[in-house]
Amino acid sequence: MDDGGVWWVLLVGGLATYATRALGVVLSNRLDPDGAMFDWISAIAYALLAALVARMILLPVGVLEATGLAERIAALAAGVMVYFRTHRNVLAAVVAGLVTLAGLSALVGPEAM
Amino acid sequence: MAEETHDLAEPGPKDLSAGQAFWGGVQCGCGLPGVIMGASFLGFGSLVQSADHGLWVGLVSTATGWALPGQVVGIELHATGASLVTVGLAIFLANLRLLPLVLTLQPSLNQSCVHRWRHFVHAHLIAVTTWVISRRRFPELEPSARLPFFLGFGITLWHISLAGTAVGYALADLMPTPVTLGLVFLNPLYFSLLLIGDLVGRLRVLAIGLGAVTGPPLILMLGDWGLLLAGVAAGSLAVLLSRRPARTRASQAAGRG
Repeated sequence: MDDGGVWWVLLVGGLATYATRALGVVLSNRLDPDGAMFDWISAIAYALLAALVARMILLPVGVLEATGLAERIAALAAGVMVYFRTHRNVLAAVVAGLVTLAGLSALVGPEAM
Repeated sequence: MAEETHDLAEPGPKDLSAGQAFWGGVQCGCGLPGVIMGASFLGFGSLVQSADHGLWVGLVSTATGWALPGQVVGIELHATGASLVTVGLAIFLANLRLLPLVLTLQPSLNQSCVHRWRHFVHAHLIAVTTWVISRRRFPELEPSARLPFFLGFGITLWHISLAGTAVGYALADLMPTPVTLGLVFLNPLYFSLLLIGDLVGRLRVLAIGLGAVTGPPLILMLGDWGLLLAGVAAGSLAVLLSRRPARTRASQAAGRG
């Protein structure tokens, strides 16, 4: 079922992924955890994650493309609201978000975006 | 005999032995983070199946990559027949976001004296979920308990990811669309809530806010480069802006003088 090519992709992909982590280990030895540089990289890490999450919600790739932007934002809003109403219960918030997305998708249908 | 329980004084977080910290990490991984992780990899498993690969392709990818965006890029680019150089660069780029995570978690993991080669093993377990949860839990853990907690947590999530990949592969044709939708949405929803929970302190609020605002337009324009640019630009801007009060006070003082 598989041609040999995919194993080369896995090998190259695994090495490329590990390279980003190994680079981090090598460079981290010169990083002072109390220094300004550390704060800066930490801020970049948080900003990157926020950008990544915003992309997943606003510009999804794959199955989620079938849902409307308004539905995804409403689901996120429901999750956030429940999160703060329940004293930061992530489980309750996640369930609320999923129920909202499923409900809205069923009501609106995938075509009406 | 409820009265007897007071003899079993609950160990404070500081008294955790390495073994207790490790099991604390395992338990934490078996909770909500594990559910989210498993669900995300269910999606990857079904992607591998629908691309007509064997189960081993998915399992090896999850075991060696363990960073979902790069794994998805690999499977998708292979389907388009891209060259190995293109695939390698695209995956490296998609996963460069791991670099600042490793840089900022590594120092608190390896404070105690361990062999240097082990740092390179630990780094394989650093991913978005392990980073966010570890940073949140570390302040309440004694430095010596941090690495065992991280290992228990990371190793648990790694195994759950493998199981998720296998189950997703097996169920690829059986899962109804609403379930798949929910599974895929779980990941961004959970990460959003984690980041909202981390909105503490001026620097983090600015970094997360600016990243979320600048990310999508830059990604639309520049793809994965846009993501990296958004991270570096928003992170830098956050550092500059979070220092503004001091400067404003200084300039006000200068204005008055």
